[in-house]
Amino acid sequence: MSANVKENVMNAAIMPDERGHFGVYGGRFVAETLMTPLQELEAEYAASKVDPSFQKEFDDDLAHYVGRPSPLYFAQRLTKLWGGAKVYLKREDLNHTGAHKINNTIGQALLAKRMGKTRIIAETGAGQHGVASATIAARLGLECVVYMGADDIQRQAPNVYRMRLLGAKVVPVTSGSRTLKDALNEALRDWVTNVDNTFYIIGTVAGPHPYPLLVRDFQTVIGREAREQSLDQTGKLPDALVACVGGGSNAIGLFHPFLPDAEVKKYGVEAGGDGVETGRHSAPLNAGSPGVLHGNRTYLMEDNNGQIIETHSISAGLDYPGVGPEHSWLKDEGSVEYVTVTDDEALAAFHQLTRIEGIIPALESSHAVAYTQKLAKTMDKEQTIIVNLSGRGDKDINTVARIEGIEL
Amino acid sequence: MSRIQACFEQLAQNNKKALISYITAGDPHPSNTLEIMHALTDAGTDIIELGIPFSDPMADGPVIQLACERALKHGTSLKDVIGIVKQFRQTNTTTPVVLMGYQNPIEIFGVEKFAETVSGLVDGVITVDLPPEESQQAASVYKQYDIDTIYLLAPTTSDQRIQMITDLASGFLYYVSFKGITGASQIDVNSVEAKIDQIRKHTDMPIAVGFGIKDANTAKLVAGCCNAVVVGSAIVSIIAEHGKDMPATTSEVKSLLREIKDALDNDETIQNIA
Repeated sequence: MSANVKENVMNAAIMPDERGHFGVYGGRFVAETLMTPLQELEAEYAASKVDPSFQKEFDDDLAHYVGRPSPLYFAQRLTKLWGGAKVYLKREDLNHTGAHKINNTIGQALLAKRMGKTRIIAETGAGQHGVASATIAARLGLECVVYMGADDIQRQAPNVYRMRLLGAKVVPVTSGSRTLKDALNEALRDWVTNVDNTFYIIGTVAGPHPYPLLVRDFQTVIGREAREQSLDQTGKLPDALVACVGGGSNAIGLFHPFLPDAEVKKYGVEAGGDGVETGRHSAPLNAGSPGVLHGNRTYLMEDNNGQIIETHSISAGLDYPGVGPEHSWLKDEGSVEYVTVTDDEALAAFHQLTRIEGIIPALESSHAVAYTQKLAKTMDKEQTIIVNLSGRGDKDINTVARIEGIEL
Repeated sequence: MSRIQACFEQLAQNNKKALISYITAGDPHPSNTLEIMHALTDAGTDIIELGIPFSDPMADGPVIQLACERALKHGTSLKDVIGIVKQFRQTNTTTPVVLMGYQNPIEIFGVEKFAETVSGLVDGVITVDLPPEESQQAASVYKQYDIDTIYLLAPTTSDQRIQMITDLASGFLYYVSFKGITGASQIDVNSVEAKIDQIRKHTDMPIAVGFGIKDANTAKLVAGCCNAVVVGSAIVSIIAEHGKDMPATTSEVKSLLREIKDALDNDETIQNIA
């Protein structure tokens, strides 16, 4: 291990600093009204971290409500078809509510309960985080309001209905680009107004400190399990990890426990949309520049005047102009390689996994599967790749059918 | 002496309160902003707060969100905003101009380059999403160029934070009158007074109160306990209603502001409390 890599590994262990910075990224860029509530949240989280009863409740819920550990599944037919490294799927799609999002919403909802908050709010893009928030709100008897871009409400109708069944109020956001970033703005506006009784459950490793930290911590169960399962099933650590990156919570959850292992290559897959060269994509780490949005400094899709620009992806969950600040830092440090996959490639992977392994992946996760195919071919047969199958694709069948000209 | 300091000193000598008027630059069109700025001063505005449009104004309500969208539709950039202030200064060299906005457009322009460009034209900067913890670098650059860094204080701000903020702030302090976004109307005068008393224990700096002040009546209610009132969404609503019909816009804006200014200047209760 080179001195430089060693130093990075040590840095990884202590990130973020006490003010929530990952190198130059992260931080707490919010209006003054939210500073004290964020400090209170930070203090509560620090206390809960060392409180065995909190940890026990969290672990129990993950085991008995979510159904963890999620399996690490050897995709034998896919491996044979691709003809390279052995491909293992970390089956977050088998979690209750069908995605990794529930890991985090349970953690944050337990914090909300600890803080005596009676109302939770959330933003959602594809609807998975909204469903996971509505689910935990129903279970804990909390009022729940979910902000969702008006355009996303159209393309994710089944999830909107699920949220309503669960008792949540889904509020359409018609400002700006009417997608996830605008839903986040609206949730922040709600929070600043109702901060006394309201807990804001952010769905990804973005937002002001301590959100990137606590969401990461709640999601690292993915990587901790994968590490143990890999050792059990293959007798060694994987050679590579692959995960899709929108805000980046499933990717951080998988990567973080492996950061000290420099020999395990890590690939974060951004949404290439129509192709990065067309400008119609959601790949800030590959084609953006650092800036400040939604409470943190990170790579953004922005124009020369610092205005946030519209993004495009076939997958609503990746259609976001920013990314978690820790990913920005990991990119600059070189610990993770960030690549892109186009809409068409993701769609092909969606079909391939469905037909070859009988698993319908979310369009978000299909990006990771598509890159794994490219990667597996370059590796030898004794090597292993773990790809995070972050969610199931039931929610996407309308989108896929529409693209193929099929009316359901 | 800075324009802001001179403005507050003169008002204090006459036992008067400052009227701070907010508009979003470039709304409804960049070519209209200069005329609206002059209308603001004609109607008695003491300090102009000029909004830098941003695509994601997370602390603003629908009125100012839409103003940003209108300004951005015509491509109003920070460079354009500075150009407008430059034009304004050709005929008005005394009214303080404070730029208010979000960090990203300034950061992409370059903090140092921004400060250098606006030095002498702009008197203060309010960056909504730059609390003291994140602002030290920008604040020290602004200081170098004689630009005041104006901070927000909120109902949730603790004594410890008030001290930290008053130590860093210059020009004046901007107290956000309630927990919420711009344009909402839920101002509670008693709680504003109590909080301003608390802030006064830390500083002698002028304090402006903003958010929720939409007419002479609300202005009068809070003016007793502070040095300035900020009117924003109420003005921007008039601009939204009349669009590019400048005679209608300027005449209605002027009549709103004159009414507020009269109330601030002539209400006995305000002056006695102060």
